[in-house]
Amino acid sequence: MTTDSHQIVTTVNGERCERRVESRLLLSDFLRHELGLTGTHVGCEHGVCGACTIHYDGAPARSCLMLAVQANGHAITTVEALAPDRDRLHPLQEAFREAHGLQCGYCTPGILMTMTAFLAENPSPTEHEVREALSGNLCRCTGYQHIVDAVLLAAGRLRESSPG
Amino acid sequence: MTTRYFGAPVQRNEDARLLTGRALFVDDVELPGMLEAAFLRSPHAHARIRGIDVSAALKREGVVAVYTAADLGDYWRPGPLLVPPPPIDGIVFNERTQVPLAREKARHAGEPVALVVATTRYIAEDALADIVVDWEPISAVVDLERAVAPGSARVHDDVAGNVAAHVRQARGNYADAVKQAALVIKRRFLYDRGTSSPIETRGVVAHWEDKADRLTVWDTTQAPVVIRNGLAAMLGLSERQVRVIAPFIGGGFGPKIMMFYPEEVLIPWAAIKLGRPVKWIEDRAEHFLATTHERGQVHDAEMALAADGRILGIRDVFLHDTGAYDPYGLTVPINSQCTLLGVYVVPHYDSTFTALFTNKPTVTPYRGAGRQHGVFVMERLLDIAARELGLDPAEMRRRNFIPPDAFPYKNEIIYQDFTALEYDSGNYAPILAKALELIGYERFVREEQPRFRAAGKHVGIGVVCYVEGTGIGPYEGAKVQVQASGKVSVATGIGTQGQGHYTAFAQIVADQVGVDVRDVEVITGDTDQFYWGAGTFASRGAVVAGSAIHEAAKVVRQKILRTAAEHFECAEEDLAIANGAVAVAGVPGRSIRLGALADQANPTRGAVQPGTEPGLEATRYFGPPTGTTASGAHAMIVEVDPETLMIAIRKYAVVHDCGTVVNPMILEGQIHGGVAQGIGNAYYEQLVFDDDGQLLNASLADYLLPTALEVPRMDLAHTVTPSPLNPLGVKGAGEAGAIPAGPLFAQALENALELPARGVELLEIPLSPNRLWELVKGGER
Repeated sequence: MTTDSHQIVTTVNGERCERRVESRLLLSDFLRHELGLTGTHVGCEHGVCGACTIHYDGAPARSCLMLAVQANGHAITTVEALAPDRDRLHPLQEAFREAHGLQCGYCTPGILMTMTAFLAENPSPTEHEVREALSGNLCRCTGYQHIVDAVLLAAGRLRESSPG
Repeated sequence: MTTRYFGAPVQRNEDARLLTGRALFVDDVELPGMLEAAFLRSPHAHARIRGIDVSAALKREGVVAVYTAADLGDYWRPGPLLVPPPPIDGIVFNERTQVPLAREKARHAGEPVALVVATTRYIAEDALADIVVDWEPISAVVDLERAVAPGSARVHDDVAGNVAAHVRQARGNYADAVKQAALVIKRRFLYDRGTSSPIETRGVVAHWEDKADRLTVWDTTQAPVVIRNGLAAMLGLSERQVRVIAPFIGGGFGPKIMMFYPEEVLIPWAAIKLGRPVKWIEDRAEHFLATTHERGQVHDAEMALAADGRILGIRDVFLHDTGAYDPYGLTVPINSQCTLLGVYVVPHYDSTFTALFTNKPTVTPYRGAGRQHGVFVMERLLDIAARELGLDPAEMRRRNFIPPDAFPYKNEIIYQDFTALEYDSGNYAPILAKALELIGYERFVREEQPRFRAAGKHVGIGVVCYVEGTGIGPYEGAKVQVQASGKVSVATGIGTQGQGHYTAFAQIVADQVGVDVRDVEVITGDTDQFYWGAGTFASRGAVVAGSAIHEAAKVVRQKILRTAAEHFECAEEDLAIANGAVAVAGVPGRSIRLGALADQANPTRGAVQPGTEPGLEATRYFGPPTGTTASGAHAMIVEVDPETLMIAIRKYAVVHDCGTVVNPMILEGQIHGGVAQGIGNAYYEQLVFDDDGQLLNASLADYLLPTALEVPRMDLAHTVTPSPLNPLGVKGAGEAGAIPAGPLFAQALENALELPARGVELLEIPLSPNRLWELVKGGER
C-alpha cells in the first residue's frame, strides 16, 4: 500500500516542529500520538463535543476536524502551554479549581482553550454570553453551572490584573 | 485536632493534573511496539452469519492479525452473569450473556463480529472494509409488545416469547385497596431508551510482559478488581499475574460498570497471543451501539385512592427492554419496581414485570438505573389523582409522605441488593417545604402565573419527590498508610470517574491522622495497590469505601498515638496530633513528624516485640447491612413557546437529603450534573430505532446532549438526616439529580400549556419539542 505523506513544519506551544505525516492523519492524533501532547482529548471525532479544541494561530479550533498537514506553517497551542510553569496555573485554570468547574476533567482542556480565547475577545462577559460561548463544548458531568461560575470568576480577576 | 476538613468545601486535590493535561486517561497510554485494534460490527440488528472471509484483510500491509469467533477456540464463551437474580419467589430468569464475537448470528447492530489488529488504528479500520461477511438477515425484534407476541422472531433461538425474566412482587392485597377506594385511576406510561454518553468513550490497552509473566490492562472500567479477577480466570492466569488499572476515567455513569464487554475480553487475549501491547479505543459512532444503553419500559399502572387523596394501593404491570443480552441480571427493572414506592405510604402494592430480549444493544444501569421509571409512574399517577380530586399537587404529596417517626420503614419487597427494601432514615415534609419555598410556589401559583396567562405567556410549575436507594453492599476496603515522606496514602479498590474521591477520601483521613488534606494521596483503580473491592456504582463510593477509609484511618491514628507514646515515654492522653506531627501537649520541642515516626515503626535491624506490625498503616473493610436511602424534591418553573414548543427553564430548585455531607462543593457538582442528565433525558435525548432495529441517530449531532444553554442555573438546598447504617452517617448522592426530571417536566409542561383542559396528558419520556407538538396537536383533533 502506498501512503501519501507530506513534510510539515509547524510551531507547537512555541517550539518549531518538523515531521513527515500521512495526509489523512488528524491533527488531534498528530498532537496526541506523534507529539505526546495527550492533554488534548478526543470525544467524538465529528466536531460536536469540543473536547479536542486547540488554538490555531490563536483562534480556537477543533483538532479532530483538521488534518495534521493543515498545521503546516501555522502555530498550534494546546492545554499543556496554558499554565506559566509546573507549579502555577493560568487564572482560568485556577478559577476552575476554586469554583469546581470540572469533575472527570475529560472535557476540561477543550473548554479551557475555548474560554481563554473567548475571554481575550470579551473580557467582561455576561452570564448568558459565557453560556453561549460555552455551548459548543459538551460536558456530561458538571451541568455547566460551576464552569460558568469559574469563567466569570476568572474574567473578573483577569480584568483586575490587566493594565487599563 | 487540626482543621476539620470533613464537611468543608475543600478544593480538589486532583484538579491541577486534570487542568494542565497531565492526568493519565486510557488513550494516553503509549507503549513501545504497541498495536491498535478495530472491530468489524454487525450492520444488521438480527442476522445469521453464513461465512466470514478475512483473507483480503490479512494481506493488507500493516495488518498483524484478524480474528473471528472461530479463531477463539475455548476462549469463546458467553460472559459471566454479573448480578444473579434476587431471591424472589416464583421468579423466572433466562441467563443469556454477551459473547466475545458473534458466531452463528448477530443479535444487535453494532455487535462485534471480527477483530483486526494492525500497526495503526487507521490501517485496522481500512482492513475492516476488506472483510466479507455472508449475512442472512432475520426479522428484528424491536417493539416490546410485539417481542412477546406469538410468532415473533426470537433473539435467542431457545427462548420462547423473548422472555428474559418475569418477576412479581407484592405487599398487602391490591384488590382490598380497590374495594375501599373512592377513586381508581389507570394509565399507560412509556419510558424510552437513552445513552449515558460520557465524553470519554470506552477503551482498553493490554500489555503482556513475557519476562515478568504478567499482564497489565488499562481499562475505562468502574470496577477494576472485578475485571482483574475475571480476566485472570478467563486467561488461565492467577490474580497476582494480572494488574488492572482504571486511571482517570472521563465519566462513567453506569455503562462502565458493565463488565466483560467483548472488547475488554478480547484485547488482553490478543496482546498475550501476539506478544505485543494492543490498544483499542471506542469511537463515538461505536459508542452508540457498543456501549450499553438504558431504559425502555412500558407500564400499565393503576392507583387506588381514598377521597382525601391517600394512596390505598398501586398495581403496576410493566415490560422492560433488556436488549440482546442480560448480563446485569434484573438490577434495572428491580430498581424501577422498588423505587416506584418513593417517599409515600403504599399499603397495597402489586408489581409484575416481564423483561424481554430485543435486537438492540444490551441494557445495563445508567445513572438512576431504572429508578427514573418508577418515579415517573408514581409521580404522574399522583398528578392525575390530584387533578381528579381537586387537590394541589404539592398537598397531594404531603398527604402521602411516610411520617418521620416511621423509620426504619419497611417496604418489604426485595431490592437490587437482595435484601428486603427498608428505608434507614428520612424526613420528607421539610424537603418539600424547602423546595416550595425555593421555587416560590405559593407566589407563583397565586400571583405570577395569572399575570403570565393574562399576558399570553405559557409559564408552568412542577414539583416532584423521589427516593434514591444508595450505598449498597457488599463491601469495600481501604489501606491507610503513613509514609516516610510524611504524606499519608489511601488505597482503595474502587475506580473513580470524576466524583472527587481524591479529595473526599482525603478529607476523611486528614481529620483522623492530623495532616493537611493536600498531604493525603488517594489511590483508586489500581489492583496492584489494593487487592479487594467491588466497584463504583449505585452511589456507593462515599458510603462504602468512605466508611472503610474512615475505619482504617482511625486505626492508624491509634497506632500513631501508641508509637509516639513509646517514643516519648508518656501516656497517649498527653499527646496531640496536628499539622503532620505528634507533640507532647504543653512541652515545647517534644514533637516528632509523622514521617519520622513511620520510619521508626519500621526498624531494619534489632529485635521487636512479638506481634509487632511494621509501619503506621491499617487495612479495614466495610460492608453495610443494607443500602441507605437518600431523598429529595425538585421544582421547576418553565416557559414554553406555544408555537415551537421550545422551552426556557426560568427556575430550577433541588432540595436533597443525602445524610451527612463530606464536601458540599463536590455534592453540589454531583447534583448539578445529575440534573443536566435528567433534563437531557426528559426533553432532548432519545435513541430512535427503526423497525429493523437500526439506530437512526447515532451521532452527537443527532442525539442531543444538553449544552450550557439548555441547563439552567439551579438553586440547591440540603436537609440532613444521617444514615444509621455507617459510621459517617452519609448516603450516596451520585444519581439523585438525574432521577426525577422526567415527571417534573411532564407536570410543569402540562401546567404551562394547560394541557389537561385540552384533553392532553404527558405520559411518556423522553419528550421533545417535536413530540410535544404531536401530542398537543393530537389532543386538539
